[in-house]
Amino acid sequence: MNDQHVRLNVDGETVTLAASPSTSLLRALRDAGHTAMQGACEQGECGSCTVVVDGRVQNSCLTPALACDSAEVQTVKSLLQADLAEAFIRHGAVQCGFCTPGFVVAAEQALDSPDPLSADDVRERLAGNVCRCTGYLGIVDAVLEVDRSRRASA
Amino acid sequence: MTTATASATGVGAHAVRPDVPTKLSGDFEYSNDVRIPGMLFGATKRSPHAHARLVSIDASRALAHPGVVRVLTAADVPTSNLLGHIMSDQPVFVEEVARCEGEAVAFVVATSQEFAWAALDLIEVHWQPLTAITTIDDALATCDSPLHPLGNVIRELHIERGDDFTADVVVEATWETGRQDQLFLAPESAVAYPTGDGGVTLILATQDLHTDQHQLCTVLGLPPDRVHLINSGIGGAFGGREDITLQAHLAIAALVTNRPVKTTYRRGESFLAHPKRHPARLTYRVGASSDGMLQFVEAIVELDGGPYASTSQPVLGSACYFAAGPYRIPAVRVDGRVVRTNNPISGAMRGFGAVQACFGIESTLDLLADRLGVDPVELRRRNVLRDGDPFPTSGQVVRDQTPLDVLIETCVNLPYPDVDAHPLREPGGTGSTLMSARTQQGEGFALGVKNHMYGEGVREYSWAGLTLSRHGLTVSSSASECGQGIQTVLTQIVNDAFPGVAVTLAAPSTYMKYSGSSSASRQSWMSGSAVLGASRLLLAHLTERLNVDSVAFEEGEIVDAAKRRSLNDVLGDDEISVEYEYEAPPTSHGVEAFGTGDVHVSWMFVAHKALVEVDVELGLCTVLGIATAQDVGRAINPREVRGQILGGIAQGIGFAFNESLETRDGLSTNNSLTDYLVPTAADMPPVAIAMLEFPDPRSPLGIKGAGEPSSLSSTAAIAAAVRRATGQPVARVPMRPWDLTP
Repeated sequence: MNDQHVRLNVDGETVTLAASPSTSLLRALRDAGHTAMQGACEQGECGSCTVVVDGRVQNSCLTPALACDSAEVQTVKSLLQADLAEAFIRHGAVQCGFCTPGFVVAAEQALDSPDPLSADDVRERLAGNVCRCTGYLGIVDAVLEVDRSRRASA
Repeated sequence: MTTATASATGVGAHAVRPDVPTKLSGDFEYSNDVRIPGMLFGATKRSPHAHARLVSIDASRALAHPGVVRVLTAADVPTSNLLGHIMSDQPVFVEEVARCEGEAVAFVVATSQEFAWAALDLIEVHWQPLTAITTIDDALATCDSPLHPLGNVIRELHIERGDDFTADVVVEATWETGRQDQLFLAPESAVAYPTGDGGVTLILATQDLHTDQHQLCTVLGLPPDRVHLINSGIGGAFGGREDITLQAHLAIAALVTNRPVKTTYRRGESFLAHPKRHPARLTYRVGASSDGMLQFVEAIVELDGGPYASTSQPVLGSACYFAAGPYRIPAVRVDGRVVRTNNPISGAMRGFGAVQACFGIESTLDLLADRLGVDPVELRRRNVLRDGDPFPTSGQVVRDQTPLDVLIETCVNLPYPDVDAHPLREPGGTGSTLMSARTQQGEGFALGVKNHMYGEGVREYSWAGLTLSRHGLTVSSSASECGQGIQTVLTQIVNDAFPGVAVTLAAPSTYMKYSGSSSASRQSWMSGSAVLGASRLLLAHLTERLNVDSVAFEEGEIVDAAKRRSLNDVLGDDEISVEYEYEAPPTSHGVEAFGTGDVHVSWMFVAHKALVEVDVELGLCTVLGIATAQDVGRAINPREVRGQILGGIAQGIGFAFNESLETRDGLSTNNSLTDYLVPTAADMPPVAIAMLEFPDPRSPLGIKGAGEPSSLSSTAAIAAAVRRATGQPVARVPMRPWDLTP
């Protein structure tokens, strides 16, 4: 069924994915063994599959793989920075972890903001990602803390 | 998830979870990440009807589809077509009658997941639709022609204490709760592979390895040593992974094809496949003296079980035993029943019947407080259980439990965290068109209570093993790590006994003995005690081996009165293995006719208060803040306890406002994440937490369960706050906009 191919760059590595017109980037990547991002709804509601495609945050479950020829795709693997990882651990932002790679991608994107983030800014920017375990406050606190420390050291 | 190396420290520390680094990096292996070379893929053909007779299945067109290897039906089930957590009453595949939407009728096995899905539409199933029984009343009215051979009533429970059901002031009310889905984030997924000896092994994500194994052995006609289950990474559970969903289909497929077979559910079928929180109808009559002392509680507790039992029997027990809350009440009568309908299956979800009961009793007490002209918190102060009181339903004597006056005052005095004004915090959020003149604030309070462990006479035990070598310690426990942190808890307990020794956790599987389910807020107490016992045994072994009076560990070395030795010096190439089975204090089944007795090991208590703001014209609401006091006995890992508290509150908010799998004529109308809304970061209010630590003397480490309390009374407190803000009765959760407006 997957009779077409695209070449793209995933976290700095060139990969070739087999896909049909209806194959999502999420499925094509996972079938090729790139399992860092997850699919909890596969209809763009939960954010578990969040990646950055050519600089834009996208739900990879809604992105056709064949539309990603020559694209630069970044997942948690190349986006997670040590300070955010450390803050997620310290604030109890991870339980089952299924949502975590998507949250990390969304958080790193939120941290790209030109202006300092308030707690409500963070809540709004992470509202496209569902976490069922943590009640979110640890995640929000972790992102806020990293925002402050990065701006302080910038 | 194979093994995890721990770096936690001891009990009471904010220890780092061993699983978190790989979860952050995207390397953690969940069951849907497991791949075995040469594996086939399965897809489940499901009933589109809530109730229908199966006339015929024709799979010939599906079998002709490229890549399709087999289509399995009831005819392929080796021994028994019946599954069940407690009662064997649910078919592996529909044989004669489908009794709910989504029930499995066939399983396609193909060379790719896409082929398997594509072939589903080619299986021609002829159904003869039957009348769907979709209400509790209709189920009770059709007992003479039940929808299931075992009858329409799964369990009835009558509890009665005391005999004076009169009082100065009496209130009556009926409350309803919805069908909440656990919505664990990782949809069901597993791989089964044949083991070459006629047996099968599954790599899966389950809360209860050995109960799954037992059911599969019955279905397959195989002994336990031919059927093994290994837990992979579990992406959340909350009760939704206590029952068999895909396990039997995969095991049969692997045995029939002699190949590994994998399947992963899509969200829509996940909603239909696993049992959800029981919808409840709770009818109360509560009486008090004019000075606000409770005189009696009468409750009728009715649960919609869906067509199959799952855990309905103990859920009903929980709903009935907690229907009168944590109060001192001279006379209590509870009539409970859980019935079969053709609605989606109900079963275990965090709080397990006690959530519904809490909403019922706490809501009724607020009505009573209004009638008496007493502050709702004051009414509770006057009536809460004290040491030596009989528990209101079971009559079990309350000893060494949470001082409820302290719990109440702690919660009442806890300030809500400050929040800045922001459109997100307004009723309806950023999409709202409201004008602030139309909003009203309200505050509500609720107390929650539930037992930890199973209770009602079920033998309660847990096994753990420890192996010490010069490389360190390996902890074996078949307790499922669903994300709640049991592996961290076990590591911390071991670290206290063996400071400085490297600890590795073996992947939980049925190659280990029974540690019981990760449910009922039981694992920290049960498996924590098992690991503690094994640690003491291991120290005793070393004492004997070294022929000294006692040994202790310091910085990874063995120290006795005279010497300090490395593990290598003492053990060389040897290993010492010990195992320990902890058994909790026994419970009994309630006595026939009255339901009374020592039915629980012990209880957990929690208080929530909520501050809400409601747009009283549009019926939109926002939770401005929540404060909670919870007795955790002993916080083994305060950070993770906080995580349990916040996560349960988020689910409680969801249950208050949004979360119910709705049905029309038994068919679900919102089984997707587009239509079934769960709280996001934008919906989560700030939460103030007071963790009380009154160790439970029945628990070797003083532990109390921390998983469920946060979901017990958060919903009830929010509903109380909305009533205060709107003056509306809010007789049902999830509440709808039209429940909030005149």
